[in-house]
Amino acid sequence: MDSSKFNLKLNNDSKNRIVKGFIFQALLILSVAICLLGLGSLLFEILREGLPWLSWHFLTDFPSRFPEKAGIKSAIFGTIWVITFAALFIIPIGVGAAFYLEEYARKNIFSKILEINISNLAGVPSIVYGLLGLAVFVQFMNLGRSVLAGSLTLALLVLPIIIVISREAIKSVPDSHKNAAYALGASKFQVIQKIVLPQAIPGIMTGTILALSRAIGEAAPMIAISALVYITFLPTTPMDRFSVMPIQIFNWISRPQEGFKGLAAAGIIILLIILLLMNAVAVYTRNRTQKRSEE
Amino acid sequence: MNYKTTDVSSLFLLPKQKKRELREKVFEIIFFLCAALSILTTVGIIGTLVFQSIPFFQEISILEFLGGTRWSPILKPQDFGVLPLLMGTILVSVIALGFAVPIGLLIAIFLSEYAPPKLRSILKPILEILAGIPTVVYGYFALTFVTPQLQSLIPNLMIFNALSAGLVMGLMITPMICSLSEDAMMAVPQSLRNAALALGARKMEVSTKIVVPAASSGIIASCLLAFSRAIGETMLVTIAAGATPKMSINPLESIQTMTAYIVQLALGETPHGSLEYNTIFAVGLLLFIVTLFINLIGHLLIQHWKEPT
Repeated sequence: MDSSKFNLKLNNDSKNRIVKGFIFQALLILSVAICLLGLGSLLFEILREGLPWLSWHFLTDFPSRFPEKAGIKSAIFGTIWVITFAALFIIPIGVGAAFYLEEYARKNIFSKILEINISNLAGVPSIVYGLLGLAVFVQFMNLGRSVLAGSLTLALLVLPIIIVISREAIKSVPDSHKNAAYALGASKFQVIQKIVLPQAIPGIMTGTILALSRAIGEAAPMIAISALVYITFLPTTPMDRFSVMPIQIFNWISRPQEGFKGLAAAGIIILLIILLLMNAVAVYTRNRTQKRSEE
Repeated sequence: MNYKTTDVSSLFLLPKQKKRELREKVFEIIFFLCAALSILTTVGIIGTLVFQSIPFFQEISILEFLGGTRWSPILKPQDFGVLPLLMGTILVSVIALGFAVPIGLLIAIFLSEYAPPKLRSILKPILEILAGIPTVVYGYFALTFVTPQLQSLIPNLMIFNALSAGLVMGLMITPMICSLSEDAMMAVPQSLRNAALALGARKMEVSTKIVVPAASSGIIASCLLAFSRAIGETMLVTIAAGATPKMSINPLESIQTMTAYIVQLALGETPHGSLEYNTIFAVGLLLFIVTLFINLIGHLLIQHWKEPT
């Protein structure tokens, strides 16, 4: 056996493996960099285009055919209306469903179907919810292209999110607390009302905020409900027509004139700021409760 | 465990206790109805799509719809072959996955195997930002930034094209693949890694030959869920990929996806109940079936990975 040859081969082999390892690490860092670069250029491009168009009148004026006069007021108010009503629907229903699944449901086929169903609903494309809302709320229930039809559609769309996060919050309430209450003679509903709900509220809030921030950004189902409206009034009842910020942004993007591009970017800045604030609140409540439970 | 009041006490219930029993029942029913609403939603979606597309399928046969290679529901001569829309959808989704699967996987390996905990705790929230940005914003980014940049590289790229929409969609779904795959990789027992390291494997070999195969069902599930997300994505392709349904796999051209068609028609003035109008429900039904099918497989795989019995 020529041992020197063997050694040389081994050296080459391990050298190869070291080089491969380096290339692999470089690839890993490169892909992280590509993602960060994508995010960075997205934010940079939007700020570059949008900042010159941001001004006080942009927030307080109605849309206009002239870019320099146009504002996003009706879309902001429309978003507030739609989101408020959606919240009124999803908080009680989402929390109720979460209580049923965590505290009442027995392990049987029906609860299994419920679980599969909820996870599948979360994967249904949002435009399909738009079609549902269009056929059921706008036409069948005769609500028209109204705030109410829009918020019901969004509520159905984000319900799985709030159910999943509320369930986590309910699950994290220690059994010992519940058992203590049962031992004192409390009924199931009393335990839910007095023990589980108060402890789960921060988690439920996080879920609500995350669900609503998803709803605020949804454009496709809202376009199916509201169409591309040109609205220069504020809704005063839930039956009024409405626009929301993503619709207004889409409207500006689809106009070829130069100024509207900047307006769209300015609208996006406002939308992203709102989403950022909501997420900051959600993260804050989550972190605060996490700390508390560690004490 | 059953915490209900015992049978003995129910023999001599006071009025107050009776009221309490009643309240218990009422709330159980209310909570049940809340949960049942999700079933009703599914029934509503399927019912709406099927019921509303029946008039369409009475005039256009399912074979003509699924097999036709020309889609022109409004301009005469009318044709109702959905293949061009399906083709456009698949083209954009495949480009998106071509970007997101390698990049998302590499990032997941980096986060789970290489990154120190501190860097990981910084990178993860930043990547989550990408997942939280509304899709209309991605559409804007694709149309006003990525397309012009690509045009300077590829001169014959059209303003609306599948390539730019697909790449930006890839950026959008990367966090999805990354976070699910990372969860699966983190769940791989440390003992497997240690065993490989003890045999002299290098870190890269541990990652690619031990961790990735062990996490494969979670990784495949993440790719499937991302694929279904890409198929259902609407605003990005409406804004950046165009409105020209065609049987083409050329990513440099303008195409149209199923979702973008639904938006296009919803924006128009097509009268309710007409054949043209009902097309959106037929296309919606196809979209729903395709995404449901992919999602179901994805969820089955996740269950398989979480409880491998």
